[in-house]
Amino acid sequence: MALYSEKVMDHFRNPRNVGVIEDADGVGEVGNARCGDIMKMYLKIDGDIITDVKFETFGCGSAIASSSMATELIKGQPVSEAMKLTNKAVAEALDGLPEYKMHCSVLAEEAIKNALDDYYEKNPDKKRVSGDSNREKVEETV
Amino acid sequence: MRIYADNAATTKLSKTALNAMLPYLTEQYGNPSSLYSFGQKAKEAVEDARMRTARCINAEAREIIFTSGGSESDNQAILTAAELGKAKGRRHIVSDTIEHHAVLHTLRKLEKDGFDVTYVPVGANGIINASDIKAAIRDDTCLVTMMYANNEIGTVQPVPEVGAICRERGILFHTDAVQAAGHLPIDVLKDNIDMLSASAHKFRGPKGVGFLYVRKGIRPYVLIEGGAQERGRRAGTENTAGIAGCAAALCEAVSGMAENAKKTTRMRDRIIKGLSEIPHSALNGDREKRLQGNVSFCFEGIEGESLLLLLDDMGISASSGSACTSGSLDPSHVLLAIGRVHDVAHGSLRLTIDEDLTEEEADYIVSSVKEVVSRLRGFSPVWRELCAGEREFIL
Repeated sequence: MALYSEKVMDHFRNPRNVGVIEDADGVGEVGNARCGDIMKMYLKIDGDIITDVKFETFGCGSAIASSSMATELIKGQPVSEAMKLTNKAVAEALDGLPEYKMHCSVLAEEAIKNALDDYYEKNPDKKRVSGDSNREKVEETV
Repeated sequence: MRIYADNAATTKLSKTALNAMLPYLTEQYGNPSSLYSFGQKAKEAVEDARMRTARCINAEAREIIFTSGGSESDNQAILTAAELGKAKGRRHIVSDTIEHHAVLHTLRKLEKDGFDVTYVPVGANGIINASDIKAAIRDDTCLVTMMYANNEIGTVQPVPEVGAICRERGILFHTDAVQAAGHLPIDVLKDNIDMLSASAHKFRGPKGVGFLYVRKGIRPYVLIEGGAQERGRRAGTENTAGIAGCAAALCEAVSGMAENAKKTTRMRDRIIKGLSEIPHSALNGDREKRLQGNVSFCFEGIEGESLLLLLDDMGISASSGSACTSGSLDPSHVLLAIGRVHDVAHGSLRLTIDEDLTEEEADYIVSSVKEVVSRLRGFSPVWRELCAGEREFIL
Protein backbone atom coordinates (compact mmCIF):
# COMPACT_ATOMS: atom_id res chain seq x y z
CA MET A 1 0.00 0.00 0.00
CA ALA A 2 1.27 3.42 -0.89
CA LEU A 3 1.85 5.98 1.82
CA TYR A 4 -0.57 8.47 0.21
CA SER A 5 -3.65 8.32 -1.99
CA GLU A 6 -3.35 9.06 -5.71
CA LYS A 7 -5.15 12.37 -5.06
CA VAL A 8 -2.57 13.42 -2.48
CA MET A 9 0.27 12.48 -4.80
CA ASP A 10 -1.34 14.36 -7.68
CA HIS A 11 -1.68 17.56 -5.63
CA PHE A 12 1.82 17.08 -4.24
CA ARG A 13 3.40 16.54 -7.66
CA ASN A 14 1.37 19.24 -9.39
CA PRO A 15 0.35 21.67 -6.69
CA ARG A 16 -2.37 24.10 -7.79
CA ASN A 17 -2.29 27.83 -7.08
CA VAL A 18 1.35 28.00 -6.07
CA GLY A 19 2.87 31.42 -5.55
CA VAL A 20 2.47 34.82 -3.97
CA ILE A 21 -0.17 37.55 -4.47
CA GLU A 22 1.68 40.83 -4.01
CA ASP A 23 -1.45 42.95 -3.41
CA ALA A 24 -3.35 40.31 -1.46
CA ASP A 25 -6.43 41.36 0.53
CA GLY A 26 -5.65 38.80 3.19
CA VAL A 27 -2.50 36.88 4.14
CA GLY A 28 -2.32 34.02 6.64
CA GLU A 29 0.61 32.03 7.93
CA VAL A 30 0.67 29.04 10.27
CA GLY A 31 3.26 26.57 11.57
CA ASN A 32 6.96 27.09 12.06
CA ALA A 33 10.17 25.81 10.57
CA ARG A 34 11.15 24.16 13.84
CA CYS A 35 8.24 21.75 13.51
CA GLY A 36 8.89 21.26 9.83
CA ASP A 37 5.68 22.79 8.45
CA ILE A 38 4.91 26.35 7.36
CA MET A 39 1.94 27.34 5.22
CA LYS A 40 1.28 30.76 3.84
CA MET A 41 -2.00 31.68 2.07
CA TYR A 42 -2.72 34.78 -0.01
CA LEU A 43 -6.32 35.80 -0.85
CA LYS A 44 -7.69 38.23 -3.39
CA ILE A 45 -11.25 39.14 -2.51
CA ASP A 46 -13.63 41.08 -4.71
CA GLY A 47 -16.96 42.00 -3.15
CA ASP A 48 -17.72 38.82 -1.28
CA ILE A 49 -15.97 36.41 -3.65
CA ILE A 50 -12.48 34.93 -3.31
CA THR A 51 -11.31 35.66 -6.83
CA ASP A 52 -7.77 34.39 -6.42
CA VAL A 53 -5.78 32.38 -3.92
CA LYS A 54 -2.14 31.39 -3.83
CA PHE A 55 -0.02 29.45 -1.37
CA GLU A 56 3.56 28.71 -0.36
CA THR A 57 4.40 25.69 1.78
CA PHE A 58 7.50 24.39 3.49
CA GLY A 59 6.67 20.87 4.58
CA CYS A 60 6.05 17.25 3.79
CA GLY A 61 4.07 15.80 0.91
CA SER A 62 0.74 15.88 2.71
CA ALA A 63 1.29 19.49 3.83
CA ILE A 64 1.87 20.55 0.23
CA ALA A 65 -1.12 18.53 -1.03
CA SER A 66 -3.38 19.86 1.75
CA SER A 67 -2.50 23.48 0.93
CA SER A 68 -3.09 22.86 -2.75
CA MET A 69 -6.46 21.19 -2.17
CA ALA A 70 -7.58 23.87 0.28
CA THR A 71 -6.92 26.60 -2.28
CA GLU A 72 -8.93 24.66 -4.87
CA LEU A 73 -11.83 24.29 -2.47
CA ILE A 74 -12.16 28.01 -1.78
CA LYS A 75 -11.21 29.57 -5.09
CA GLY A 76 -14.20 31.36 -6.61
CA GLN A 77 -16.25 30.76 -3.48
CA PRO A 78 -17.95 33.42 -1.31
CA VAL A 79 -16.06 34.31 1.86
CA SER A 80 -18.90 32.83 3.89
CA GLU A 81 -18.25 29.42 2.31
CA ALA A 82 -14.49 29.65 2.89
CA MET A 83 -15.16 30.39 6.54
CA LYS A 84 -16.92 27.04 6.74
CA LEU A 85 -13.99 25.06 5.34
CA THR A 86 -12.94 22.28 7.70
CA ASN A 87 -9.78 20.24 7.80
CA LYS A 88 -11.99 17.18 7.40
CA ALA A 89 -13.30 18.50 4.09
CA VAL A 90 -9.70 19.04 2.91
CA ALA A 91 -8.70 15.51 3.94
CA GLU A 92 -11.81 13.99 2.36
CA ALA A 93 -11.24 15.83 -0.90
CA LEU A 94 -7.78 14.25 -0.93
CA ASP A 95 -9.32 10.78 -0.50
CA GLY A 96 -8.01 10.70 3.05
CA LEU A 97 -4.70 11.26 4.83
CA PRO A 98 -2.80 8.88 7.11
CA GLU A 99 -3.84 9.38 10.74
CA TYR A 100 -0.53 10.95 11.77
CA LYS A 101 -0.73 13.38 8.85
CA MET A 102 -4.17 14.79 9.69
CA HIS A 103 -2.49 17.82 11.28
CA CYS A 104 -1.47 18.89 7.77
CA SER A 105 -5.12 19.37 6.85
CA VAL A 106 -5.62 21.27 10.12
CA LEU A 107 -2.79 23.61 9.14
CA ALA A 108 -4.42 24.21 5.75
CA GLU A 109 -7.74 25.11 7.37
CA GLU A 110 -6.03 27.39 9.86
CA ALA A 111 -3.94 29.11 7.20
CA ILE A 112 -7.09 30.03 5.31
CA LYS A 113 -8.91 31.18 8.45
CA ASN A 114 -5.85 33.21 9.31
CA ALA A 115 -5.86 34.88 5.92
CA LEU A 116 -9.59 35.66 6.29
CA ASP A 117 -8.96 37.12 9.76
CA ASP A 118 -6.34 39.34 8.18
CA TYR A 119 -8.83 40.39 5.51
CA TYR A 120 -11.41 41.39 8.14
CA GLU A 121 -8.82 43.29 10.13
CA LYS A 122 -7.86 45.27 7.04
CA ASN A 123 -11.53 45.84 6.18
CA PRO A 124 -13.31 46.67 9.42
CA ASP A 125 -16.36 47.80 7.47
CA LYS A 126 -17.01 44.26 6.25
CA LYS A 127 -19.49 42.32 8.31
CA ARG A 128 -17.83 39.21 9.56
CA VAL A 129 -19.46 35.92 8.67
CA SER A 130 -18.74 33.08 11.00
CA GLY A 131 -18.13 29.54 9.83
CA ASP A 132 -17.33 28.22 13.26
CA SER A 133 -20.55 26.28 13.66
CA ASN A 134 -19.40 23.77 11.08
CA ARG A 135 -15.86 23.67 12.23
CA GLU A 136 -14.42 20.48 13.67
CA LYS A 137 -12.44 20.79 16.82
CA VAL A 138 -8.73 20.56 16.04
CA GLU A 139 -8.13 18.25 18.98
CA GLU A 140 -10.53 15.69 17.60
CA THR A 141 -8.71 15.32 14.35
CA VAL A 142 -5.06 15.55 15.25
CA MET B 1 16.42 4.87 -14.26
CA ARG B 2 15.96 3.07 -10.92
CA ILE B 3 18.69 3.66 -8.36
CA TYR B 4 18.70 2.14 -4.91
CA ALA B 5 20.62 4.56 -2.69
CA ASP B 6 19.54 3.39 0.74
CA ASN B 7 22.08 0.68 1.50
CA ALA B 8 22.35 1.78 5.13
CA ALA B 9 18.70 0.70 5.49
CA THR B 10 19.25 -2.65 3.85
CA THR B 11 21.21 -4.20 1.00
CA LYS B 12 20.50 -6.52 -1.89
CA LEU B 13 21.17 -10.16 -1.03
CA SER B 14 24.33 -11.33 -2.77
CA LYS B 15 24.14 -14.34 -5.10
CA THR B 16 26.86 -16.06 -3.08
CA ALA B 17 24.79 -15.67 0.08
CA LEU B 18 21.64 -16.89 -1.65
CA ASN B 19 23.43 -19.98 -2.96
CA ALA B 20 24.83 -20.70 0.48
CA MET B 21 21.30 -20.51 1.91
CA LEU B 22 19.34 -22.49 -0.65
CA PRO B 23 20.26 -26.04 0.48
CA TYR B 24 19.00 -25.25 4.00
CA LEU B 25 15.73 -23.86 2.70
CA THR B 26 15.16 -26.92 0.56
CA GLU B 27 16.66 -30.40 1.04
CA GLN B 28 18.80 -29.81 4.12
CA TYR B 29 16.02 -28.73 6.44
CA GLY B 30 17.10 -30.75 9.46
CA ASN B 31 17.17 -29.29 12.96
CA PRO B 32 20.80 -28.72 14.03
CA SER B 33 19.93 -29.97 17.51
CA SER B 34 18.83 -33.41 16.27
CA LEU B 35 21.32 -36.21 16.77
CA TYR B 36 20.70 -38.12 13.53
CA SER B 37 22.94 -37.36 10.59
CA PHE B 38 20.26 -35.34 8.79
CA GLY B 39 20.22 -32.88 11.68
CA GLN B 40 23.96 -33.02 12.11
CA LYS B 41 24.42 -31.86 8.52
CA ALA B 42 22.64 -28.65 9.45
CA LYS B 43 24.71 -28.41 12.62
CA GLU B 44 27.86 -28.63 10.51
CA ALA B 45 26.62 -25.76 8.37
CA VAL B 46 26.03 -23.59 11.44
CA GLU B 47 29.44 -24.41 12.91
CA ASP B 48 31.20 -23.83 9.61
CA ALA B 49 29.45 -20.45 9.36
CA ARG B 50 30.49 -19.62 12.90
CA MET B 51 34.14 -20.34 12.14
CA ARG B 52 34.10 -18.34 8.93
CA THR B 53 32.31 -15.41 10.57
CA ALA B 54 34.83 -15.39 13.42
CA ARG B 55 37.76 -15.29 11.02
CA CYS B 56 36.39 -12.16 9.33
CA ILE B 57 36.85 -10.16 12.54
CA ASN B 58 39.85 -12.06 13.95
CA ALA B 59 37.79 -13.80 16.63
CA GLU B 60 37.41 -17.45 17.63
CA ALA B 61 34.39 -19.49 16.59
CA ARG B 62 33.16 -19.94 20.15
CA GLU B 63 33.10 -16.18 20.58
CA ILE B 64 30.33 -15.79 17.99
CA ILE B 65 26.65 -15.97 18.98
CA PHE B 66 24.20 -15.93 16.08
CA THR B 67 21.20 -13.70 16.78
CA SER B 68 18.23 -12.23 14.93
CA GLY B 69 20.26 -9.15 13.99
CA GLY B 70 21.76 -5.89 15.17
CA SER B 71 19.09 -4.84 17.65
CA GLU B 72 19.10 -8.15 19.50
CA SER B 73 22.89 -8.16 19.58
CA ASP B 74 22.99 -4.64 21.00
CA ASN B 75 20.44 -5.55 23.66
CA GLN B 76 22.30 -8.69 24.68
CA ALA B 77 25.70 -6.99 24.79
CA ILE B 78 24.55 -4.10 26.95
CA LEU B 79 22.57 -6.30 29.31
CA THR B 80 25.58 -8.62 29.60
CA ALA B 81 27.76 -5.77 30.81
CA ALA B 82 24.98 -4.49 33.08
CA GLU B 83 24.54 -7.87 34.76
CA LEU B 84 28.28 -8.26 35.31
CA GLY B 85 28.51 -4.68 36.53
CA LYS B 86 25.63 -5.10 38.95
CA ALA B 87 27.36 -8.09 40.55
CA LYS B 88 30.37 -5.87 41.26
CA GLY B 89 28.33 -2.86 42.34
CA ARG B 90 29.26 -0.96 39.19
CA ARG B 91 26.23 0.75 37.73
CA HIS B 92 27.65 3.40 35.45
CA ILE B 93 27.78 3.22 31.64
CA VAL B 94 29.49 5.55 29.17
CA SER B 95 27.94 6.04 25.75
CA ASP B 96 27.31 8.91 23.35
CA THR B 97 24.51 10.94 21.79
CA ILE B 98 24.54 9.46 18.26
CA GLU B 99 23.98 5.78 19.01
CA HIS B 100 21.29 3.72 17.30
CA HIS B 101 17.99 3.43 19.19
CA ALA B 102 18.71 -0.26 19.86
CA VAL B 103 21.50 0.99 22.12
CA LEU B 104 19.84 4.18 23.40
CA HIS B 105 16.55 2.52 24.36
CA THR B 106 18.33 -0.34 26.13
CA LEU B 107 20.32 2.25 28.08
CA ARG B 108 17.08 4.12 28.95
CA LYS B 109 15.70 0.87 30.35
CA LEU B 110 18.80 0.41 32.49
CA GLU B 111 18.54 4.01 33.71
CA LYS B 112 15.05 3.20 34.99
CA ASP B 113 16.62 0.21 36.69
CA GLY B 114 19.04 2.40 38.64
CA PHE B 115 21.96 2.66 36.24
CA ASP B 116 23.65 5.95 35.56
CA VAL B 117 24.54 6.67 31.93
CA THR B 118 26.85 9.40 30.66
CA TYR B 119 26.15 10.39 27.06
CA VAL B 120 29.33 11.92 25.69
CA PRO B 121 28.54 14.65 23.13
CA VAL B 122 30.01 14.62 19.64
CA GLY B 123 31.74 17.38 17.76
CA ALA B 124 30.17 19.22 14.81
CA ASN B 125 31.94 16.71 12.54
CA GLY B 126 30.05 13.81 14.11
CA ILE B 127 33.14 12.20 15.60
CA ILE B 128 33.38 11.27 19.25
CA ASN B 129 36.59 12.29 21.02
CA ALA B 130 38.30 9.34 22.67
CA SER B 131 39.53 11.75 25.35
CA ASP B 132 35.90 12.67 26.19
CA ILE B 133 35.12 9.00 26.67
CA LYS B 134 38.18 8.66 28.89
CA ALA B 135 37.13 11.66 30.97
CA ALA B 136 33.62 10.23 31.45
CA ILE B 137 34.87 6.93 32.87
CA ARG B 138 34.37 6.56 36.64
CA ASP B 139 35.39 3.99 39.21
CA ASP B 140 31.94 2.42 38.97
CA THR B 141 31.83 2.30 35.16
CA CYS B 142 31.04 -1.18 33.90
CA LEU B 143 30.71 -0.54 30.16
CA VAL B 144 31.62 1.80 27.35
CA THR B 145 29.36 1.36 24.33
CA MET B 146 30.23 3.35 21.22
CA MET B 147 29.23 2.57 17.65
CA TYR B 148 31.85 1.75 15.02
CA ALA B 149 30.29 3.94 12.34
CA ASN B 150 27.16 6.04 12.39
CA ASN B 151 24.14 4.91 10.40
CA GLU B 152 22.90 8.38 9.48
CA ILE B 153 25.94 10.53 8.83
CA GLY B 154 28.45 7.73 8.24
CA THR B 155 31.14 9.01 10.59
CA VAL B 156 33.72 6.43 11.67
CA GLN B 157 34.47 6.55 15.39
CA PRO B 158 37.85 6.14 17.14
CA VAL B 159 37.31 2.48 18.05
CA PRO B 160 41.00 1.48 18.51
CA GLU B 161 41.64 4.44 20.84
CA VAL B 162 38.54 3.80 22.94
CA GLY B 163 39.29 0.06 22.99
CA ALA B 164 42.76 0.75 24.36
CA ILE B 165 41.40 3.12 27.02
CA CYS B 166 38.83 0.57 28.19
CA ARG B 167 41.32 -2.27 28.28
CA GLU B 168 43.71 -0.20 30.38
CA ARG B 169 40.92 0.64 32.83
CA GLY B 170 39.52 -2.91 32.89
CA ILE B 171 36.13 -1.81 31.55
CA LEU B 172 34.08 -3.76 29.01
CA PHE B 173 33.91 -2.18 25.57
CA HIS B 174 31.01 -2.87 23.21
CA THR B 175 30.71 -1.51 19.71
CA ASP B 176 27.63 -1.51 17.50
CA ALA B 177 29.33 -2.34 14.20
CA VAL B 178 26.12 -2.81 12.21
CA GLN B 179 27.15 -0.22 9.61
CA ALA B 180 30.83 -1.17 9.65
CA ALA B 181 30.92 -4.96 9.42
CA GLY B 182 31.76 -6.01 5.89
CA HIS B 183 32.61 -2.42 4.96
CA LEU B 184 35.55 -1.54 7.21
CA PRO B 185 38.35 -3.87 8.37
CA ILE B 186 37.58 -5.09 11.88
CA ASP B 187 40.06 -6.76 14.21
CA VAL B 188 38.55 -7.37 17.64
CA LEU B 189 41.87 -8.45 19.14
CA LYS B 190 43.95 -5.54 17.90
CA ASP B 191 41.22 -3.02 18.73
CA ASN B 192 40.49 -4.46 22.19
CA ILE B 193 36.81 -4.97 21.46
CA ASP B 194 35.02 -7.08 24.07
CA MET B 195 31.64 -7.23 22.36
CA LEU B 196 30.57 -6.38 18.83
CA SER B 197 27.16 -6.34 17.14
CA ALA B 198 26.56 -6.98 13.45
CA SER B 199 23.61 -7.52 11.15
CA ALA B 200 23.74 -9.64 7.98
CA HIS B 201 21.40 -7.61 5.79
CA LYS B 202 23.70 -4.59 5.99
CA PHE B 203 26.44 -6.49 4.14
CA ARG B 204 24.34 -8.22 1.48
CA GLY B 205 23.28 -11.10 3.67
CA PRO B 206 19.67 -11.97 4.53
CA LYS B 207 17.40 -10.07 6.93
CA GLY B 208 16.58 -11.43 10.37
CA VAL B 209 20.03 -12.72 11.22
CA GLY B 210 23.18 -11.25 12.68
CA PHE B 211 25.72 -12.00 15.33
CA LEU B 212 27.20 -10.86 18.58
CA TYR B 213 30.87 -11.35 19.28
CA VAL B 214 31.56 -11.84 22.98
CA ARG B 215 35.18 -12.20 24.00
CA LYS B 216 35.94 -15.53 25.69
CA GLY B 217 35.85 -15.27 29.45
CA ILE B 218 32.82 -12.96 29.43
CA ARG B 219 29.62 -14.73 30.40
CA PRO B 220 26.82 -13.45 28.20
CA TYR B 221 23.45 -12.50 29.66
CA VAL B 222 20.80 -14.79 28.23
CA LEU B 223 18.20 -12.64 26.53
CA ILE B 224 16.17 -15.49 25.07
CA GLU B 225 15.62 -18.40 27.42
CA GLY B 226 14.85 -21.89 26.23
CA GLY B 227 16.92 -24.61 24.64
CA ALA B 228 20.68 -25.07 24.71
CA GLN B 229 21.36 -23.64 21.27
CA GLU B 230 24.38 -21.35 20.85
CA ARG B 231 25.93 -23.13 23.84
CA GLY B 232 23.13 -21.99 26.07
CA ARG B 233 23.65 -18.33 25.29
CA ARG B 234 20.74 -17.82 22.91
CA ALA B 235 17.81 -20.22 22.76
CA GLY B 236 15.73 -20.96 19.68
CA THR B 237 16.17 -23.32 16.76
CA GLU B 238 18.99 -22.00 14.62
CA ASN B 239 18.13 -20.05 11.47
CA THR B 240 20.38 -22.40 9.49
CA ALA B 241 19.86 -20.81 6.09
CA GLY B 242 20.17 -17.29 7.52
CA ILE B 243 23.34 -18.17 9.39
CA ALA B 244 24.88 -19.77 6.30
CA GLY B 245 23.91 -16.68 4.27
CA CYS B 246 25.31 -14.34 6.90
CA ALA B 247 28.71 -16.04 6.88
CA ALA B 248 28.85 -16.27 3.08
CA ALA B 249 27.96 -12.60 2.66
CA LEU B 250 30.45 -11.46 5.29
CA CYS B 251 33.30 -13.49 3.81
CA GLU B 252 32.49 -12.15 0.35
CA ALA B 253 32.29 -8.56 1.62
CA VAL B 254 35.57 -8.87 3.50
CA SER B 255 37.45 -10.41 0.58
CA GLY B 256 36.20 -7.72 -1.79
CA MET B 257 36.44 -4.90 0.74
CA ALA B 258 39.47 -3.02 -0.53
CA GLU B 259 38.33 -3.00 -4.12
CA ASN B 260 34.70 -2.16 -3.29
CA ALA B 261 35.75 0.62 -0.95
CA LYS B 262 37.85 2.19 -3.68
CA LYS B 263 34.99 2.14 -6.19
CA THR B 264 32.37 3.32 -3.72
CA THR B 265 34.54 6.11 -2.32
CA ARG B 266 35.10 7.49 -5.81
CA MET B 267 31.35 7.65 -6.49
CA ARG B 268 30.60 9.02 -3.01
CA ASP B 269 33.07 11.84 -3.54
CA ARG B 270 31.61 12.55 -6.96
CA ILE B 271 28.13 12.93 -5.45
CA ILE B 272 29.38 15.03 -2.51
CA LYS B 273 31.17 17.34 -4.94
CA GLY B 274 28.05 17.69 -7.07
CA LEU B 275 25.65 18.32 -4.20
CA SER B 276 28.03 20.82 -2.59
CA GLU B 277 27.26 23.08 -5.54
CA ILE B 278 23.71 23.54 -4.22
CA PRO B 279 23.67 26.90 -2.42
CA HIS B 280 22.97 26.88 1.31
CA SER B 281 23.57 23.20 1.75
CA ALA B 282 26.00 21.35 4.01
CA LEU B 283 27.50 17.90 4.26
CA ASN B 284 26.69 16.19 7.55
CA GLY B 285 29.58 14.44 9.23
CA ASP B 286 33.31 14.52 8.72
CA ARG B 287 34.43 14.82 5.10
CA GLU B 288 37.17 12.17 5.44
CA LYS B 289 36.38 9.88 8.35
CA ARG B 290 33.16 8.53 6.91
CA LEU B 291 31.82 5.30 5.46
CA GLN B 292 32.67 4.93 1.79
CA GLY B 293 29.00 4.75 0.80
CA ASN B 294 27.52 7.55 2.91
CA VAL B 295 26.43 10.94 1.60
CA SER B 296 24.40 13.00 4.07
CA PHE B 297 23.32 16.56 3.37
CA CYS B 298 21.10 19.28 4.79
CA PHE B 299 19.41 21.71 2.41
CA GLU B 300 18.04 24.90 3.85
CA GLY B 301 14.45 25.96 3.15
CA ILE B 302 12.95 22.57 2.32
CA GLU B 303 11.59 19.53 4.12
CA GLY B 304 12.97 16.01 3.75
CA GLU B 305 9.87 13.95 3.16
CA SER B 306 8.78 15.90 0.10
CA LEU B 307 12.36 15.64 -1.15
CA LEU B 308 12.23 11.84 -0.83
CA LEU B 309 8.84 11.56 -2.54
CA LEU B 310 9.98 13.57 -5.54
CA LEU B 311 13.24 11.61 -5.75
CA ASP B 312 11.19 8.42 -5.63
CA ASP B 313 9.24 9.72 -8.63
CA MET B 314 12.58 10.07 -10.40
CA GLY B 315 13.49 6.49 -9.54
CA ILE B 316 15.81 7.19 -6.62
CA SER B 317 15.34 5.47 -3.25
CA ALA B 318 16.87 7.55 -0.46
CA SER B 319 16.28 8.42 3.18
CA SER B 320 15.97 11.48 5.42
CA GLY B 321 16.23 12.42 9.06
CA SER B 322 13.23 14.74 8.94
CA ALA B 323 10.51 14.38 11.56
CA CYS B 324 7.91 13.54 8.93
CA THR B 325 9.82 10.47 7.82
CA SER B 326 10.45 9.23 11.35
CA GLY B 327 6.85 9.54 12.47
CA SER B 328 7.89 11.68 15.43
CA LEU B 329 7.85 15.43 15.98
CA ASP B 330 11.60 15.81 16.22
CA PRO B 331 14.09 15.34 13.44
CA SER B 332 16.94 12.85 13.78
CA HIS B 333 18.72 12.87 17.15
CA VAL B 334 22.01 12.46 15.28
CA LEU B 335 21.57 15.63 13.23
CA LEU B 336 20.55 17.54 16.36
CA ALA B 337 23.60 16.12 18.19
CA ILE B 338 26.00 17.51 15.58
CA GLY B 339 24.43 20.93 16.02
CA ARG B 340 22.00 21.09 13.12
CA VAL B 341 19.03 23.14 14.35
CA HIS B 342 15.51 21.80 13.78
CA ASP B 343 14.78 24.08 10.80
CA VAL B 344 17.76 22.67 8.92
CA ALA B 345 17.63 19.09 10.18
CA HIS B 346 14.14 18.73 8.64
CA GLY B 347 15.73 19.28 5.25
CA SER B 348 18.14 16.36 5.37
CA LEU B 349 18.90 13.72 2.77
CA ARG B 350 20.84 10.49 3.21
CA LEU B 351 22.12 8.62 0.16
CA THR B 352 23.94 5.37 0.91
CA ILE B 353 25.42 3.84 -2.20
CA ASP B 354 27.16 0.54 -2.93
CA GLU B 355 30.00 -0.55 -5.21
CA ASP B 356 27.66 -1.20 -8.14
CA LEU B 357 26.76 2.47 -8.61
CA THR B 358 27.99 3.76 -11.96
CA GLU B 359 29.32 7.20 -12.82
CA GLU B 360 26.22 7.81 -14.92
CA GLU B 361 23.99 6.92 -11.97
CA ALA B 362 25.98 9.15 -9.62
CA ASP B 363 25.54 12.05 -12.01
CA TYR B 364 21.84 11.31 -12.36
CA ILE B 365 21.49 11.41 -8.56
CA VAL B 366 23.22 14.80 -8.43
CA SER B 367 21.13 16.35 -11.20
CA SER B 368 17.90 14.92 -9.75
CA VAL B 369 18.60 16.22 -6.25
CA LYS B 370 19.50 19.64 -7.66
CA GLU B 371 16.26 19.75 -9.62
CA VAL B 372 14.08 18.61 -6.73
CA VAL B 373 15.67 20.97 -4.20
CA SER B 374 15.18 23.93 -6.48
CA ARG B 375 11.59 22.91 -7.24
CA LEU B 376 10.68 22.68 -3.55
CA ARG B 377 12.49 25.90 -2.75
CA GLY B 378 10.42 27.49 -5.53
CA PHE B 379 7.32 27.51 -3.37
CA SER B 380 8.81 27.41 0.11
CA PRO B 381 7.92 30.50 2.17
CA VAL B 382 11.05 29.87 4.24
CA TRP B 383 13.29 29.98 1.19
CA ARG B 384 11.64 33.15 -0.12
CA GLU B 385 12.08 34.87 3.24
CA LEU B 386 15.72 33.74 3.40
CA CYS B 387 16.39 35.15 -0.05
CA ALA B 388 14.56 38.38 0.77
CA GLY B 389 16.72 38.84 3.86
CA GLU B 390 13.71 38.54 6.19
CA ARG B 391 15.23 35.45 7.76
CA GLU B 392 18.86 34.62 8.37
CA PHE B 393 20.57 31.81 6.50
CA ILE B 394 21.90 29.10 8.78
CA LEU B 395 23.86 27.18 6.16
